[in-house]
Amino acid sequence: MLNLRLNYFKINAALLLGGTLLFSACGGSTTEGANSDLSGNIQIDGSSTVYPITEAVAEDFREEAPNVRVTVGVSGTGGGMKKFSRGEIDIVDASRTMNDSEKQLAAENNITFVELPVAYDGLTVVVHPENDWVNDITVAELKKIWEPAAQGTITRWNQIRPEWPDQEIHLYGAGVESGTYDYFTEAIVGESHASRGDYTASEDDNVLVQGVSTDPYALGFFGYAYYDENQDKLKAVPVNDENDSNGQGAILPSLETVKDGSYAPLSRPLYIYVNSRAASRPEVVEFVNFYLDNAAELGEEVGYIPMPAEIYEEQKQKFEQFSSGANATTQQQ
Amino acid sequence: MTNSEKNRLKDKAFQVFGVFCTFIGLVILAVFLFDIAIEGFSRIDWDFLTSLPSRRASRAGILTAWAGTLWILVLTAIIAFPLGVGAGIYLEEYSRKNRWTNFLEINIANLAGVPSIIYGLLGLEVFVRQMRLGGSLLAGALTLSLLILPIIIVTTREAIKAVPRSVRDGSFALGASKWQTVWNQVLPASFGGILTGIILSLSRAVGEAAPLIVIGALAYVPFTPATPLDEFTVLPIQIFNWTSRPQEAFLTNAAGAIIVLLAITFLLNGIAVYLRNRQQKKIKW
Repeated sequence: MLNLRLNYFKINAALLLGGTLLFSACGGSTTEGANSDLSGNIQIDGSSTVYPITEAVAEDFREEAPNVRVTVGVSGTGGGMKKFSRGEIDIVDASRTMNDSEKQLAAENNITFVELPVAYDGLTVVVHPENDWVNDITVAELKKIWEPAAQGTITRWNQIRPEWPDQEIHLYGAGVESGTYDYFTEAIVGESHASRGDYTASEDDNVLVQGVSTDPYALGFFGYAYYDENQDKLKAVPVNDENDSNGQGAILPSLETVKDGSYAPLSRPLYIYVNSRAASRPEVVEFVNFYLDNAAELGEEVGYIPMPAEIYEEQKQKFEQFSSGANATTQQQ
Repeated sequence: MTNSEKNRLKDKAFQVFGVFCTFIGLVILAVFLFDIAIEGFSRIDWDFLTSLPSRRASRAGILTAWAGTLWILVLTAIIAFPLGVGAGIYLEEYSRKNRWTNFLEINIANLAGVPSIIYGLLGLEVFVRQMRLGGSLLAGALTLSLLILPIIIVTTREAIKAVPRSVRDGSFALGASKWQTVWNQVLPASFGGILTGIILSLSRAVGEAAPLIVIGALAYVPFTPATPLDEFTVLPIQIFNWTSRPQEAFLTNAAGAIIVLLAITFLLNGIAVYLRNRQQKKIKW
């Protein structure tokens, strides 16, 4: 046993040595990494939807700058925004944009910030796999199902389209505290945070997957990653926004349709917001740039959809302007 | 059928009912443990216990989570034990029965029923913001102490009440003061019951995620806490986070973490039972 372990170490050491030799042979390209002179704490909190991307970035940033301590919380977009607007954290993960009352709070506390989209998520409308009648749905029909006025009145499938069966419709969706709910209601009902209340709500998308996959008369919505991982148990419904300028007819969510914007209106960007005081610190600048450089690859790895490369470039420029501005103001003070 | 036969039949029926009641809880617990064990046991190894969180389920570990849980447990016990037992002794031994103490009693009983997230909100305002402790271990432990204080107070009082009047009278008769009676007679005699209450309440605290998330406990912490003022995460938050991931492999991780959490709880209960038995053997009236 001991021998085995020793051998294992030897092999590892040999590989490491070989690797180092190889890399040093390549020249200066690797010296860019390992910023061991950077140090400090970066505090991040917010959306649990964005969390997997930020966790992945923070994990890899550990190799980039081992002395910077990055911590990530999951108190939700709303909770994170509140802390961010009070200046308690450096970066907030958000699955929606900052709303007016949060902006006002930030202004009261003299917090200026920059908003950076980091990936897309495609909210997916799903039904039970044995559901053979729904093959597409329009945004107007979704609105008819989900708007507040539908409560207690729209209860059967054939009320939406006459040819659909005369059966009860069972609805599953995100809990009202989540950014997902805010986005869905904004996109479908036309007003953020307004929907019927008589549906099965959960903040945990796996619960919704469970619900829809065991109920033949179910209709639900949740993030694309949860559909992607459970394709054998669910059927995604193509959504028609009746606007042919961004793709004709009903469109299924996929890597391509979300990325090119044709899966509308249910593709949503995910954001990070950076506080200007934080943006004047070198370790935060390094982290945010690292984030934007790697969000595409890491985001896809954890189940989200990357934005086009030029958008990341734009965001990097936007952040550079912002952080140099932030530097100027802190120097003035 | 004679009357005595009827009664015997009733007796038998009640016995069966009692056994049924006992087993229903045990069977559900067994099914739960079995299910978790099947899914999670294969996941637990040295790497799992000593690795940091990661986006790759197979590389992710719970080092910072269990370290945080142990910190929280110890700090909560240190804070809640003297406060809870002190309050219990006061209410049972020193306070006079009047409207004021009645009012206190009712409120303590009510506090035991307040949802834990409310304590989180209280902790956020008082400990995190007013006392400027931030999302630290100390703030978390203080919040959980508030959460379990009512349980400790109530069980302490019950345990003290169970000490026979004659023991106190005997002590006073020998000239002992109130304090000497409480310290030398009442407390040692009731210590087993008090300990049970503390352990039960700590077992509750160790499973809490909601109030800690509210006070700012984190999900991704790449270091183990070194002082009570460090930021932290705990096992329930890690479990909660993993169960809400879309990838199946994270559910296995969650099952593994649940087993570790259960092991910590069982260990605690085991220590408590051992201490209680040892204590009870010492008492001879």
